[in-house]
Amino acid sequence: MLDAILSFLPRAIAQGIPLLYGSTGEIITQKSGNMNLGIPGVMYVGGICGVIGAFVYEQSLASPTDLNPALAVLIPTLFCLIGSLLMGLLFCFLTVTLRANQNVTGLAMTTFGVGFGNFFGGSLVKLSGADMPFLALSATSNCFKKSLPIADKLGVFGDLVLSYSFLAYLAVIIALVAAFIINRTRTGLHLRAVGENPATADSAGINVNRYKYVATCVGCMIAGLGGLYYVMDYASGIWANDAFGDRGWLAIALVIFTIWRPNVGVLASFLFGGLYILHMYIPSGMNLAVKELYKMLPYVVTIIVLIISSLRNQRDKQPPQSLGLPYFREDR
Amino acid sequence: MNKTRQPLFHIVKRGEMPWYLNWCVRAVSIVLALICCSVITTLVTSENPIQIFATIIDGSFGSSRKFMVLLQNTAMLLCVALALTPAFKMRFWNIGGEGQALAGALAAAACMILMKDQPNALVIVCMIVTSLVAGAIWGAIPAFFKAKFGTNETLFTLMMNYVAIQLVAYFSVVWENPKGSGNIGVINPLTKVGWFPEILGSKYALNIIIVALVTIGMYIYLKYSKHGYEISVVGESESTARYIGIKVEKVVLRTMLISGAICGLAGLLLVGGTNHTLNANIVDGRGFTAVMVSWLGKFNPIWMILTSLLLVFLGRGAGEIATDFGLNSSFGDILTGIILFFIIGGEFFINYKLSLTKSSKKEENK
Repeated sequence: MLDAILSFLPRAIAQGIPLLYGSTGEIITQKSGNMNLGIPGVMYVGGICGVIGAFVYEQSLASPTDLNPALAVLIPTLFCLIGSLLMGLLFCFLTVTLRANQNVTGLAMTTFGVGFGNFFGGSLVKLSGADMPFLALSATSNCFKKSLPIADKLGVFGDLVLSYSFLAYLAVIIALVAAFIINRTRTGLHLRAVGENPATADSAGINVNRYKYVATCVGCMIAGLGGLYYVMDYASGIWANDAFGDRGWLAIALVIFTIWRPNVGVLASFLFGGLYILHMYIPSGMNLAVKELYKMLPYVVTIIVLIISSLRNQRDKQPPQSLGLPYFREDR
Repeated sequence: MNKTRQPLFHIVKRGEMPWYLNWCVRAVSIVLALICCSVITTLVTSENPIQIFATIIDGSFGSSRKFMVLLQNTAMLLCVALALTPAFKMRFWNIGGEGQALAGALAAAACMILMKDQPNALVIVCMIVTSLVAGAIWGAIPAFFKAKFGTNETLFTLMMNYVAIQLVAYFSVVWENPKGSGNIGVINPLTKVGWFPEILGSKYALNIIIVALVTIGMYIYLKYSKHGYEISVVGESESTARYIGIKVEKVVLRTMLISGAICGLAGLLLVGGTNHTLNANIVDGRGFTAVMVSWLGKFNPIWMILTSLLLVFLGRGAGEIATDFGLNSSFGDILTGIILFFIIGGEFFINYKLSLTKSSKKEENK
């Protein structure tokens, strides 16, 4: 039993990290009043851009042994950040500058992003001439997966706490920093003001559009890193089309579950990661159907949290008030 | 900080714009989108652009079968979009069309499987009743909480999609046929119990006719009925609605019951009319695409015929490009995404206009 739990927890955490990236990014975005339903697409784009970067770098080497670990990490990360930044700019341009409907734009971005990921993923697989329908970048992945060398020696503690790669710790750090900035700094106060009531923020001299742009773009870049983590670390550098699945929507669910608090997101994402893979650990015998019901858990839990938070109706536990609404100064 | 910077343009909200100009702007954005798509396709395939356009058209009109598929897909997309429209008009962002349609499809399939020994007519009646009710329930759950406690409906309906998907996945395994496949194959292939009759020699014709009737019905409902009026008042301003004595909670709940039921109808038509099977992909993202159809058609059922036809046409054209030029099928999604971005961006020029800022001394002294 203990063994099962010990093998379950690290996997739940690894499964939770992409969700943590996605939800931290989306919380920052939503705090500025932008509801970016394109996050699933952004995470795909982030992942595939990292893959493209790694592929280009690996192909440019004469032999795999020339791989420079620093470059192997930096190039895909940079590609990933640029790709997701462009997606963020696109969303902002359409919704903030052109004031398009955010739900519609977000859904279109998800269509585009998932298509983009699968198209380039499929094309790279073809280019690499593999027989299998996936692309393996194990050399790059090994650089991403480097964990602390002392982790193995510290027994259970090492396995549970120290065995992850730097991107996993980065996710936790980003989430904590984001929580600090949102709740404790002037910038965060302005950001929340923009999300709650842009007209008031505007009259207080806050540049509403700039805050929306920056928050959404930074949010997208963080979410994109989630895609990168998934491919390079969790999937060991193997890109297969549609493997990322519906984790992007789960990240959005997590935003609600944590009631817009990135610091809570750290533990909540591990919980969601656990719920996501729980069906593999439940002894169901021959009854495979029950496993499908377990996959429903994260969504049901989110719905319950959504209901409870609206029932209690506490002011600090609500969505940003102008979430999803475009702001036009002359509209008042 | 004190430097006053004068922007070159400022943005002014337009009043009413004549409808033909309206559609001109849209046509221009679609043309621009197509040019952009053909440039990208040319870069990827190095084919000539005219060939690419020919392929797009071929995707929908290449053969009579392709044309029927175009009409069928348009009808199904339109059906879901029609369902969402009353909710959107009341500013209830129902993006749970996928889940509501799946609930309807699940109910219809359940009737077909569990009542396979009953007379056909009875089964079909049961399918109609249960799938409409299932869709309505799926839509009413978020509506109930929205009306009573103000729960965010966008996120709630979104989550309900995945609950429905997993529910369908569960029953796909329970009812799997043959055993171990994890799929429900074609249901009742020999007895054809619960299959809708083919009319006019095509299994698509009945669906298309039903959706056409729903379109007209929805147009009349929204435009000429008291309910439709209440919906638009609630959408414009909830406080006004309360002031003039409309029970907002009741309108929200009633509208979502209708919305969910029509989504359920879409699921019913997919299972009973064309696919005769059930899987988690049966609605095929229409719940999401329908959001765009409805929004682009300005929540007007008649315009929505055009927008759904357009999206299906472009989607099938993009798919045809992908297969014809040996690209992976996701290329179609990229093109669809680009086209949507252009159309979404184009809406700006319908609602607002840019005018050159007149530089004046007075303003600089501010």
